[in-house]
Parts: sequence; C-alpha cells; structure tokens
Amino acid sequence: MSTATDTIESLVKQEYKYGFVTDVETESTPPGLSEETIRHISAKKKEPTWLTDWRIKAFQYWQKMPEPTWQFVKYPPIDFQAISYFSQPMPKANAPKSLDEVDPKLLETYEKLGIPLRERGRLAGVAVDAIFDSVSVGTTYREDLAKKGIIFCSFSEAVHEHPEIVKKYLGSVVPYTDNYYAALNSAVFTDGSFCYIPKGVRCPMELSTYFRINAAKSGQFERTLIVADEGASVSYLEGCTAPMRDENQLHAAVVELVALDHAEIKYSTVQNWYPGDENGVGGIYNFVTKRGLCKGKNSRITWTQVETGSAITWKYPSCILLGDGSKGEFYSVAVVNNMQQADTGTKMIHIGKNTKSTIVSKGISAGRGQNSYRGLVEIRKSAENARNFSQCDSMLIGAKCGAHTFPYIEVKNTTASVEHEASTSKIGEDQIFYCNARGLSTQDAVNMIVNGFCKEVFKELPMEFAVEAQKLLGVSLEGSVG
Amino acid sequence: MSKQPILEIKNLHAGVENKKILKGFSLTINAGEVHALMGLNGSGKSTLAAILAGRDGYEVTEGTVNYLGKDLLELDPEERAREGVFLAFQYPVEIPGVNSTYFLKAALNEIRKSKGQSELDAIEFLALVKDKIKLLELNEDLLKRSVNEGFSGGEKKRAEIFQMAVLEPKLAILDETDSGLDIDALKIVSSGVNKLRRPDSCQLVITHYQRLLNHIVPDFVHVMADGRIVKSGGKELALELEANGYDGILKNL
Repeated sequence: MSTATDTIESLVKQEYKYGFVTDVETESTPPGLSEETIRHISAKKKEPTWLTDWRIKAFQYWQKMPEPTWQFVKYPPIDFQAISYFSQPMPKANAPKSLDEVDPKLLETYEKLGIPLRERGRLAGVAVDAIFDSVSVGTTYREDLAKKGIIFCSFSEAVHEHPEIVKKYLGSVVPYTDNYYAALNSAVFTDGSFCYIPKGVRCPMELSTYFRINAAKSGQFERTLIVADEGASVSYLEGCTAPMRDENQLHAAVVELVALDHAEIKYSTVQNWYPGDENGVGGIYNFVTKRGLCKGKNSRITWTQVETGSAITWKYPSCILLGDGSKGEFYSVAVVNNMQQADTGTKMIHIGKNTKSTIVSKGISAGRGQNSYRGLVEIRKSAENARNFSQCDSMLIGAKCGAHTFPYIEVKNTTASVEHEASTSKIGEDQIFYCNARGLSTQDAVNMIVNGFCKEVFKELPMEFAVEAQKLLGVSLEGSVG
Repeated sequence: MSKQPILEIKNLHAGVENKKILKGFSLTINAGEVHALMGLNGSGKSTLAAILAGRDGYEVTEGTVNYLGKDLLELDPEERAREGVFLAFQYPVEIPGVNSTYFLKAALNEIRKSKGQSELDAIEFLALVKDKIKLLELNEDLLKRSVNEGFSGGEKKRAEIFQMAVLEPKLAILDETDSGLDIDALKIVSSGVNKLRRPDSCQLVITHYQRLLNHIVPDFVHVMADGRIVKSGGKELALELEANGYDGILKNL
C-alpha cells in the first residue's frame, strides 16, 4: 500500500458534473419497436416517402441480423422493446422560429453545460447545433454561415430543405446493411446535424453539435452527415453529456463524412456521456458508427476523439481512402475508470494510390476499467505506395484495470509501407516521486504525466476543445514554453 | 562567522519492512560545506538519500533529522523540495511528453510560491534558464526535449545538475551522480557542481568511487558501512581509500 497510489485513485474518481435532469414536459413515444413505431417517427417528422421507405428497409434488414458479440465488452442483453425511440420537449403550439422563442428551460440547460445558445454570450467562433433527446432545439450562427453558402442545420430540416443532397449521400458511407447498430439507427434515427460546405469555401468558424440525453428510458439515435465539396474545408466538434440514471441508456449514432477533391474535414469529439457509478450501475452504452469517405483526390479526413464517458464505448471512427493521394488520420484518447469498458479504434481502408494514414491511440485505464484498442489497416491491391503509421500506447493506473490491443493488418499490395508501434506503461510511483522531489504536488504530477502521455492527441484538438478536454481529464494543458 | 548547521541527522535508524538498513547514522552539515559520503554497495547510502528526500516505503524507527530548524521527516516530499532540499537522482525518471522547460518552470514556481515570491512567466524563466545553460556549458537542445526521455545516461545526470542550478537548493544531495559517466561527462558534471557551491548552501555527495572526488573537492569525507558512518576525515581520507580499498579501512577500525 502506498499513499501515492491512493491519491491517484482518488484523483481519477471525479464526480460527474453534468448529471442533472432538466424538468421539461416531454412527449415520448411509448417503449417498443415495430414498423409502426418507425412510421410514427417518420410521420411526426413529416418525412417524404423515400425516407420512410428507407427506414423500413433498414428495419427489416436489422430484424434479420444477429446481435454482434465479438467486441471485448460485457453487458446484459439489451431489450430493444423497452426503449422509447422518440422523445422531445413538448412543442408549443407554434414551432419556435428563432432561438429567442425556444423554451428558456432548454436554453438554461445548455448554459449550465457551458454552451450558451442565446445571441448574447454565445461562444465566439463556434456555431452550435444543440440536440436535446431526439430533436434539435436550435442552431446558432446559421445566417452568418448561409452568407458563405454553408448549410448548417438539423438533419430534419435538411431532409425538407435540401433533399437532393441528403438523398445523394445518406447511407453512402455507412449503408444500413453495415452493422447491427447502423441498421437500427437507419430505422429509427430522429435528428442530428447536417452540414454542407460548398466548393472552395473554408468554413470560417468551428461547427459543433452538442448532444444531450435528458429523458429517462429513451435512447438517442442521431445521424450526422457532413459533405465538403471540392476544395472546401471544415472543422467540426461534437460534445455529449447525460443525466445520472441507474438504468443504462443506449446511444447508437451514425456519422457520415464525405470529402470531395482536395477537401478537408476535421472531426473532433469530446465524449462525456454519464459513465455509470463506481459499481457499474447505470451509464450510457455508446455504440456508434463513424466513417469518413475520402472520395476525391488529395482529400483529407481527421478524426480526433477524447473518450472519457459512457459505461461502454464501442466505436471505430474510420476512413475509406478512395481518392488518390488522400489522407486519413485518427487521434484518440480513451479513458476508462471504475467499471467502464471501451473497445475503440479505427479502420483505415486504402484503395487509392499514394494514400496515407496515421493512427495515434492513447488508452488510459484506471479503477477496474477495461480498455481495448482495435484497429484495421487494410491496403487493397489498387493502393500503390500506400503508407500507414500506427502507434498504440496504453497507460495503467492501479492494479485492477486492463489494457488490450487488437491490431489487424491486411496488405494486398507489395509497395505498401505499414508501421505499427505499441507500448504499455504504468503510471509509476517513481515518476510521481520524481515530480514530488522537485516541489510538485501529487495531483499536479499526475496531471502532468497523463497530459504528457496524451500530448500527441491533444495538440490535434481545436483550441476550444483542448480546453474542454483539459477540464475533462482534470488536467492542465502544457504551456507553449520551450 | 560561526557555523550555521543546515542538516543535522542524529542516531537515525530506518529500514524497509523487516529489514534494518540505517543503524545509528549521524551527520551534521553546515552552510558552505561539501561532504562526501562513501561506502560499498549495500552500506545504506542510497537509503539515506531516499529518506532525506521523503520517498515512500521506508520506516524510521529511531533518531531525528533537523533541517534548518524543522523536523524534516514530518514534511511531505514536495514540501521538502519547496524548502530547498534537492535530490539528484541516481536513476533520473523519464516523463514522456512533458517538456523539460515546462517541468522545470512548474517546479521553480512551486518553490517561489512557497517562499511568497511571484511566479516567473515564460519569458523571465527562459532568460534565467539560458544563463544557467551557459554556466554549465550544456546544449540548449535539452530544453526542448521531454523530461529525461531518450536521454543517454550522461545526459540524464547533466540534466539533474542543470535542474539543481535552476532550483538553487539549500541542501543538494547527489546520489551516485558519477555512476555510469565517462570521464568527459564526469568533468562536466563536477565542474557544474563546483560552480554551484555557495556559502549559504551545502552539498552531500554520495559516491562509490574516489574518482569523483578528484573533481569535486569535499571538505569532509565519511565512510559508511552497515548503516552508519565508521570513519570521517578530510579529503585525504578519500585518497587513503583509493590506496587501501574499503577492506583496508574497515579492517583497521
């Protein structure tokens, strides 16, 4: 026994700060899942027939699929009939036309979460689409963005206002046949964010979606679609929190990114869903499919994720490198504590010539948490001169946690170069004592060591999110000295 | 000027679980003095260093350690550091991803805060650091790298002395700083240590070999065996050790 280890453990046992519940009257569909439920959701959203049909096809496909069991996480079977698939704050007689007309309680919720939506006090330089349970409650800076031809709105609005783009790209990167939860999402998704950056436009501000689950016994199934046309670029941020509840709630989202010739999309996530309590009661099941298609030549997609929340995180933000010279990047910090489990990583599929991918994964395990990195690097026959570099590092805090690595490499072209590095370290009492002996407190020492470990990933985050990530890990980011 | 004691160790008994290592160790070090502590492996030299710096896992069963009028053993390791105790590690620890300059700035500012001084900003700190780098004839590259990461043995030891130069301790304990150094590195390290001698501070140089003492000239030399000092003398004692070996000295006790 040593006091240093105790202190580390108490440090990682931080209280969940976003666990409050907003008391709004909600309208929820009763639990249960059938074609009828789906038609109900679709009708509620006044969707065109093509979309309803697409949902039904997805549902029928899903019904025939077996639930996957290959992932390295454990949880009791999910009762899909016990979930309410649609929940929204009770709409007023007239739908709010602007943010000023949105229920003040909702605005307050976002303010409490540090995401003010009202014109005054809005985050400078960040446009936010706020998703509350199943619906978008508002999107900031829409008009400013529209002047540049950028479309940034809720998915539901996009279906009505830009059906041609939605129809063209929906399911083009993640078809509903892709996997069990993607099929489920395609059948029941309720809202999400939509973003289109026209040719040659560099988006002048960060775009962001903030997901909030509030209602009990509901799931959140949102869908995000981002299309960057030729030469366009955008940086997109995603944040998420949920109240503390004893039951597990399912979050099964799908994110599709499409980058055309010379386009760049940077997608960053700070995921802080409620992780459950010390004994593993409650928490979100975060089963998400995220994939980007580098469709055009020299396009680039970067995923950066900081995963600290959820009882179970199960996702692999991936890149399909179709365009010649395209680049895919994945930078990840995944933290598990208490009873949390994570099975996360990426897939880099090289199809085009001279395609490049970089994977940097940092897993931190504490408490009794189990953290797995699972990654696929696939070099297809057509991918001349493909390059990949992967680095997977794990850090263990305490003696009851685990770190696992499952790398898959498939190379079908001899010109490829694939590098994989991996390491596992224990946050050492030696390191902490060394810092102590220089005058630093144990807390500062742990912060510094964890921060140093995650540095390569943090430096990929946009400034605003770097701050968020810093708060989340309870660590202070390094200064720019030196 | 009357002698000002900085460190007074009296009859210290300590060890790890079930094993006594220090058995009645006593030593007084005054301001301005450099003491060399020599002894065979296993005589308890590094245990003493660890206990003075406050490392976990040792149990003190008897004796006192007075540091500038305070009970040193009552202080947490970080408090000791802030009060001016510095341990140059025998095996400096790597902290990947943490920039050396940032680390040292954080350390210095902790010390300054505890003295009620204002914290140095990046620019002031960099100016200070550049001075010290020059004094010790070190490569500036050191500052851009992560703490001890990928350093050679010699670089690590030099980095320790560099930290010592920046933090300006009252009591510097050098734990076998010479081990693993080639002769050039040994010269650089010892010249650094010599330059850092000040009338208001003291140094305890722990070493296994006499050769370090060709470069760092101590005021006193102590020979340690089985957990206590068995012989003390001036610098000539080190030469005697060189000539007769530990056996020769221990036999004649």
